[in-house]
Amino acid sequence: MLTAVFFYLFAVLAIGSATMVIVARNPVHAVLFLILTFFNAAGLFILLGAEFLAMLLVIVYVGAVAVLFLFVVMMLDVDFAELRAGFINNAPIGLIVAGIVLIELVALFVTGAAGGLPASIPVPAPGVETLTNTEQIGRVLYTKYVYFFQAAGLVLLVAMIGAIVLTLRHRDGVKRQSIAAQNARTPATGLEVIKVPSGGSVFPASEGPR
Amino acid sequence: MDQLLTDYLPLAVFIGVSLAFMGILMLAPFLVAVKNPDPEKVSAYECGFNAFDDARMKFDVRFYLVAILFIIFDLEVAFLFPWAVVFKDIGVYGFWSMMLFLGVLTVGFIYEWRKGALEWD
Repeated sequence: MLTAVFFYLFAVLAIGSATMVIVARNPVHAVLFLILTFFNAAGLFILLGAEFLAMLLVIVYVGAVAVLFLFVVMMLDVDFAELRAGFINNAPIGLIVAGIVLIELVALFVTGAAGGLPASIPVPAPGVETLTNTEQIGRVLYTKYVYFFQAAGLVLLVAMIGAIVLTLRHRDGVKRQSIAAQNARTPATGLEVIKVPSGGSVFPASEGPR
Repeated sequence: MDQLLTDYLPLAVFIGVSLAFMGILMLAPFLVAVKNPDPEKVSAYECGFNAFDDARMKFDVRFYLVAILFIIFDLEVAFLFPWAVVFKDIGVYGFWSMMLFLGVLTVGFIYEWRKGALEWD
């Protein structure tokens, strides 16, 4: 009973805020509604018993991906009124894609493929119900599915290197601090005593005549 | 399953109470505070001189690289949580599997350090 109340609360809020993401006039507000959608999706995951996924959704999507979206919205100084004018032009393509997805979903439900579970679904090992969600994931992720786990590590490595290669531009002529060179400096290397003859002029050896 | 959801009920109560309290705090100024606006009182105050420009300026693109690198290490830490929970059950194999994962990402970390991606200019 209470579960149903919370399900409808989260579901209605998720759909409502997802609608606001595309309706909101201010793109920053759209991103904030996207964060609300993520939170409600996390609530739905908890209702399913998937605590770990809910936590990941909050940490990774709300904490990092939404921040990235905010950065993009604030970095691109695009004319949003102009973008919205293109909405009508792109509407037919969007309607076609949405229609195809709708037909697929309706076909799925009409044929009953989504109704019952197929007989071939793997049965959980005995005793696994007593474990928490995080333990169930941890028991197989690092041993049984080790190749997928290492592949995830490689994907993250590629993403890191790709982000650096694509966006890192060093400006020339920037004076950087070298702490090691500063600490290695002694009075012997930092000081030069010059004997200046009377009436003449001498330049330090490190600088040369100007 | 129901036991799990019962564990989360205090959290829902807590969120509800904090939402109600937040609503009270946001609505109270409209009801009880003295409102006597004046053009000078409601204008932006910037240490005595007029505001230079709008506060909603463009961000530097270099923040983006920092954010992407943050996401990658955030995901790396997310993989550590289940590993830490079942650390005693998965044995030496699970331990070295995670060490290899961390090693691969350490290679990336060394790369970004040597490339100077953590420096601003």
